[in-house]
Amino acid sequence: MENKVYGRPSSLNEKIFTYCPGCGHGIVNRLLAEIVLDMGIIDDTIGVCYVGCGGMIYDFFNMDWAFPLHGRSPAVATGIKRTRPDKVVIGYQGDGDLAAIGTAEIIHAATRGENLTVIFVNNGIYGMTGGQMAPTTLIGQKSATCVDGREAEYHGRPIRICEMLSQLDGVCYAERVTIDTPAHINATKKAIMKGVQNQIDCKGFSIIEVISPCPVQWGLSPNDAYKRIADEVLPFYNLKVFKDVDKEAV
Amino acid sequence: MFIQTESENTAINAVYGSACAGFRAMTSSASTAMSLKQEGISHIAYIEMPAVIVDMMRGGPGLGNILATQNDYNQAVKGGGTGDYHTIVLAPSSVQEAADLTRLAFELADKYRNPAMVLADGTIGQMVEQVEFPEAIEPEDLPERDYALTGCRGRAARKAEPKNSAEELEAHNLHLQEKYAKCEKEEPRSESVETDDADVVIVAFGFVSRIAHGMVAELREEGFKVGLFRPITLWPFDIAGLRKAVENAKAVVVLEHNAGMMCNDVRMFLEGKKPVYFHGRMGGSIISEDAVKPKLRSIIKGIEDWRELDGKQGLWKTF
Repeated sequence: MENKVYGRPSSLNEKIFTYCPGCGHGIVNRLLAEIVLDMGIIDDTIGVCYVGCGGMIYDFFNMDWAFPLHGRSPAVATGIKRTRPDKVVIGYQGDGDLAAIGTAEIIHAATRGENLTVIFVNNGIYGMTGGQMAPTTLIGQKSATCVDGREAEYHGRPIRICEMLSQLDGVCYAERVTIDTPAHINATKKAIMKGVQNQIDCKGFSIIEVISPCPVQWGLSPNDAYKRIADEVLPFYNLKVFKDVDKEAV
Repeated sequence: MFIQTESENTAINAVYGSACAGFRAMTSSASTAMSLKQEGISHIAYIEMPAVIVDMMRGGPGLGNILATQNDYNQAVKGGGTGDYHTIVLAPSSVQEAADLTRLAFELADKYRNPAMVLADGTIGQMVEQVEFPEAIEPEDLPERDYALTGCRGRAARKAEPKNSAEELEAHNLHLQEKYAKCEKEEPRSESVETDDADVVIVAFGFVSRIAHGMVAELREEGFKVGLFRPITLWPFDIAGLRKAVENAKAVVVLEHNAGMMCNDVRMFLEGKKPVYFHGRMGGSIISEDAVKPKLRSIIKGIEDWRELDGKQGLWKTF
């Protein structure tokens, strides 16, 4: 196999991903699987997943994982990191989890400056429970609980997590990335690696928000779902480094 | 290591995280927001992690007030979270016992890999009494936890994971029920004071048991045969101990700083074999010896004058 250029990373077990065709979680799971090997940290890393489709990530990895309750991932990660500060603790959360039921937990873990890395996969909808409106659902976007599209006055407005968290002094790094093109996937991988390195260097709280497609609950084919990211999602959730303490240093 | 969190939610979930990482961890609160901890306690029972929770009970329901009560008995003993689980519940009646039972709570939590709660009246939390602490344990002397998440260096990956299929979750529930049955067999603890020849046995826990203890001593001096049964573990309840304590009694009197939460259990355990009298105060009011002692004398003399609900001096019931 000397010409092998691509295969299953040894950080993943033999189980088949349970994600729908075109789902972004498969890509982000895979990136994390590569990263823990590339950075040589898999034996010293503890993952903390969440409740939602991507929360199944724990089942696919040859790595230690804790499964928390809805939205409580940053609290559980805090409990692990504070007692095992020499280990890398990586949170993996979706937008229904992080930006709704777990808003208090993510804000306070961030503002305490917990030395954690959180991967925040934002697909703008509750995928697992049947496509209900999430705090991140865009104005005009249809969902099971805003069937004619989200209206600002009636349903409220979508939340921008990275913008918000980047205001907190405990946050060392906040970047929004996406996975709609190979170039963007590479950039996502780099961003996550930077977030993990920040933790290894004890810099504080890093959050990497990954704009991701949910073709089934968006009611689009995988191809159209990926196109929608550039056309409709990124104009609201722009790709940006919101905070990077390395760059602020004089 | 001490972390002050933003909410009871985060506190209990950080305790879960620390337990997953293989450490002894605890959290405490006073009633009201104990409700926020319930989802975490239920989850800790589900994933089978050890944890200690302290509740110093204040007045309810809801926001209630900040005075001392015993009104979280049901939430603690029946399981305030969802699903079929139990929390081991220990009820200290003194500051010394609060210290001793907290140590025991950690030991039982480890033994059963289950949450254990120290449930005390707010009075216990506010009292000043002399305490002799048990000898400190070095963390490294505790047995190694083969479930601890430490990073998978040199071993297979470990997961603090859910049971997703019907088959797995039912099997897990059966396992939990077996564990609880073992706990019910091995862990009930209680104290019986002068119950052998007692005509009336008072059943009371926590701070109220001290009021009862005082009444037992005084009435004994007057020649009235009164005894006290004090459960120390509220779950598992010492049912056999209770039955033995009231064996020769004409009546059982349950005293609580709530509306009769434990009394319902006592009646269930006694299966209608003894008349049960209940008196409770709520909202931070304290049971008055002067109000109860005449009633105890009356029961022994065979006079039926236990008060019914009349809005005066709390709640009175007969069963």
